[in-house]
Amino acid sequence: MATVIVVTSGKGGVGKTTTSASFAAGLALSGAKTAVIDFDVGLRNLDLIMGCERRVVFDLINVIQGEAKLRQALIRDKRVENLYTLAASQTRDKDALTREGIGAVLEELAEEFEYVVCDSPAGIEKGALLALYYADHAVVVTNPEISSVRDSDRILGVLASRSRRAEQGDTPVKEHLLLTRYDPARVSTGEMLKVGDVEEILAIPLLGVIPESEVVLRCSNLGQPVILEEKSNAAQAYRDAVARFLGQEVEMKFLEQERKGLLRRWFRGAA
Amino acid sequence: MSITSFFRSRRKDKQSAETARDRLQIVLAHERMSVNGDDFLPRLQREIMAVVVRYVDIDPSQAVVKLEKDGDLSTLEIEVTLPKADSLGVQRVAS
Repeated sequence: MATVIVVTSGKGGVGKTTTSASFAAGLALSGAKTAVIDFDVGLRNLDLIMGCERRVVFDLINVIQGEAKLRQALIRDKRVENLYTLAASQTRDKDALTREGIGAVLEELAEEFEYVVCDSPAGIEKGALLALYYADHAVVVTNPEISSVRDSDRILGVLASRSRRAEQGDTPVKEHLLLTRYDPARVSTGEMLKVGDVEEILAIPLLGVIPESEVVLRCSNLGQPVILEEKSNAAQAYRDAVARFLGQEVEMKFLEQERKGLLRRWFRGAA
Repeated sequence: MSITSFFRSRRKDKQSAETARDRLQIVLAHERMSVNGDDFLPRLQREIMAVVVRYVDIDPSQAVVKLEKDGDLSTLEIEVTLPKADSLGVQRVAS
């Protein structure tokens, strides 16, 4: 049986798709066959972030409606072995997404795949509800910013009441907090919520803290998951988060402002 | 920018993250209660009024029940407007 992970947040623009791409790539790099599915029907973007937009022939809705085989719609990643993308439909109506249809797709994926990462749209409408319905794990992507934290709290309420696990009285969906766009310099001057504050308010285990990074925009320009960057704090933080998800103990990095920068600036000034 | 204004701006910024945290804690306490407790206040109000009406002749629509939450402290406020003293047997006995 495949493990289903929903990447969700309630609020838009906090890094769900960036996280879905990197998380799925990280799981695939660990050797597990992984599929990442875009649930944002009408506003698909995962294909761009994965860099496979020109290879989309069939999408999730085509598969649900029986117009294409799952095998035809899965796009094999050119960089990472074991990694496949399933795009959302850009033109079709959201109503084509059904609970039964998604259930059937996930069941078929489970025959081959170890992990299925569901990239949720923003909001708490149909697409978001279906993305989280079958989840075993939820990665709640949150920015250290007041409206994002509130929306994350709301989505945690939805997970606890409207997921399949909740409806069937199963063990609850396992929740993980992933704090993104964290800026230790601004935290140290008191301009930004501390990781501890967000943890305390949302009261779910912390999976990782991704520092604010220029690399994220660069990777989105290039169509490449952030985690594949060699020398980047954000990439390292994603690798650590995936390792923690897989049960390893890794200490949290990049929570403090880097002092090296200042020293380097001094030396550069002296030279 | 002078040194004092530099420090002043730092101090003001320090407050903004704390303000964010405090505001979040309050708003979420409210929202979590209304989601889980799904509006028990109207029922509470009806039941309290049923009891009060047994003793005092009041207009149930003149009652207000409010629940306020501020950090760790929740206040349940029940405000009942009593009619004039001469129609209040209970109050005369008590005084």
